[in-house]
Amino acid sequence: MASQILRRTLGSRYFANQRPFSSVSTPIRATLFPGDGIGPEIAESVKQIFQAAEAPIEWEEHYVGTEVDPRTQSFLTWESLESVRRNRVGLKGPMATPIGKGHRSLNLTLRKELNLYANVRPCYSLSGYKTRYDNVDLITIRENTEGEYSGLEHQVVRGVVESIKIITRQASIRVAEYAFHYAKAHGRKRVSAIHKANIMQKTDGLFLKCCREVAEKYPEITYEEVVIDNCCMMLVKNPALFDVLVMPNLYGDIISDLCAGLIGGLGLTPSCNIGEGGIALAEAVHGSAPDIAGKNLANPTALLLSSVSMLRHLDLHDKADRIQNAILDTIAEGKYRTADLGGTSKTTEFTKAIIDHL
Amino acid sequence: MARRSIPILKHLLSSTRSQSQSEPFNSTFKRCVTYMHRPGDGTPRPVTLIPGDGIGPLVTGAVEQVMEAMHAPVYFEKFIVHGDMKAVPTEVLESIRKNKVCLKGGLITPMGGGVSSLNVQLRKELDLYASLVNCFNLPGLATRHDNVDIVVIRENTEGEYAGLEHEVVPGVVESLKVITKFCSERIAKYAFEYAYLNNRKKVTAVHKANIMKLADGLFLESCREVATKYPGIKYNEIIVDNCCMQLVSKPEQFDVMVTPNLYGNLVANTAAGIAGGTGVMPGGNVGAEHAVFEQGASAGNVGNEKVAAQKTANPVALLLSSAMMLRHLQFPAFADRLEVAVEKVILEGKYRTKDLGGTSTTQEVVDAVIDALD
Repeated sequence: MASQILRRTLGSRYFANQRPFSSVSTPIRATLFPGDGIGPEIAESVKQIFQAAEAPIEWEEHYVGTEVDPRTQSFLTWESLESVRRNRVGLKGPMATPIGKGHRSLNLTLRKELNLYANVRPCYSLSGYKTRYDNVDLITIRENTEGEYSGLEHQVVRGVVESIKIITRQASIRVAEYAFHYAKAHGRKRVSAIHKANIMQKTDGLFLKCCREVAEKYPEITYEEVVIDNCCMMLVKNPALFDVLVMPNLYGDIISDLCAGLIGGLGLTPSCNIGEGGIALAEAVHGSAPDIAGKNLANPTALLLSSVSMLRHLDLHDKADRIQNAILDTIAEGKYRTADLGGTSKTTEFTKAIIDHL
Repeated sequence: MARRSIPILKHLLSSTRSQSQSEPFNSTFKRCVTYMHRPGDGTPRPVTLIPGDGIGPLVTGAVEQVMEAMHAPVYFEKFIVHGDMKAVPTEVLESIRKNKVCLKGGLITPMGGGVSSLNVQLRKELDLYASLVNCFNLPGLATRHDNVDIVVIRENTEGEYAGLEHEVVPGVVESLKVITKFCSERIAKYAFEYAYLNNRKKVTAVHKANIMKLADGLFLESCREVATKYPGIKYNEIIVDNCCMQLVSKPEQFDVMVTPNLYGNLVANTAAGIAGGTGVMPGGNVGAEHAVFEQGASAGNVGNEKVAAQKTANPVALLLSSAMMLRHLQFPAFADRLEVAVEKVILEGKYRTKDLGGTSTTQEVVDAVIDALD
């Protein structure tokens, strides 16, 4: 009974906090973290394209501080986090991890403070950028808070180490609910739960039980369960077999990077983190590339596609489609491509080409 | 021993670098070394055979037929074991302990709970601590990736598969992943020894030590220690998610990979998938005293009832594994003959099962291999 009350409160909190979108003229405030390295240049690209597309977004920029903020125990200030909590949407560029002790890592801070429980990565083949796989079109949804990454390790005796993997009903139901809601909202037909329950019977078994419960509430969506080693093999042989994948933390990490590899690498992959209460923080998962920072050579595609998924989360589908089509057309055309895609264009030229295609 | 092996190693590596790399398989096989056996080596050796479930009996039947046709000096002691039994029967374990070598079709692990996997039980009982899968492009079989020749050596007894789970309170479950120095060291030693004995140039350790600092950190420490004893072999480390990404884009950079239990399962299946599928990759499990040969990476297809019913299972993987077994038993000429015949059939392309894009049944492929034997 406690779990039923929990589910009802979680469900109502999620859906009740959808912002009413009255008219296009009132802009929606979104927090922007440009990040380090190539971050500021690609964030500039995003701002220009959004302005040209007349997307009703008003950006609130925040930067990583140079000192540890004692209220958050990291380089991110309390104001930045409050801003995301208030606006409910954000876009994050690549952030370099500061070295040293006495503070939490930036990603960990964001995840814990904003309670980001699901990481969503849409992976689709970009026409015009040829990889060995042509027909990839899948979404990976990864549970982001527990599982193998709980960080609970200890040395039992010298030479013997234990690491604890935790799976809870609450977290599994939460991510399964989001996965099915996402599938329904985006017209996806099938959700596959990835597991290793033949070996880890209780932990992955609990995850599967939660997924099955949620699947019963969405009878129009096909639900299947796939063992992870089988999934890896099927993904590299025929990625068209999968649609939406929902997984615990470790498997999600590996599979989402594998899928990114199928379409061309982290430089082209969008990603979005979903938090409690409907918060969405879209981010570019590639590194900050300090060696090409400031030289106008960076590829803004990952951050752009992430911002498109942010627009979709806000239900601004027509704007999202417009910008996405412009990006895909520019890459497909092949005339303006940045160095990592094999071309010679600068970031600004690429941005301008996308604006022209709008 | 390490100090003695270094000059020998240097000499070997310098001499092999001057020779041209000989092709492991080619249709016109040139015998380069005459194998001088000890008198009495030709007496038939007993091998335990476990057909198993699903497609298992089909593919082990194929091996039996081919061994018969080659007049290979092995005879099989067959035992019926099913995946839903509570434990591996004691007479099977006794037989394997006596014969030291076993060939296994595949045992289905029932999903859901109660029964622990018999495959895992077998490995733990016999202490088969290394699992080996050789993933390579077969000539004539077109795949998206070329130049793949990866051997994945996976720790087989501990890690995430320790099976230690419990429910803390209703709705919260814990699973323990155990990494010990003892097991990590011996798998690292096996991997480097394999690389040394098979003229491999590089060993890559796969880990997630940026998150699981103590557990995978201990694994890496053991690998680094063993690496210092083999200065002629290059060693590097790669994080498992980056590894999977690199495998699908640039697999030619990998040679031998050593991994803990769970990552090994994923990496082996990914590598098998890019090189042609689990239907063709040979592999096995080996310990200090026993060896069990089976299909290299058999994700999921053991239980595929449709394939079993239509008799279209691919026997190539188990045939190549049985060739590995023949070499293990020190019958290299028979192993070479079998491998050349299988390779010829694949290159021709007329008899291929469904997973390779053809329409033949298992029996047709077996007949073709028997015909191709010289």
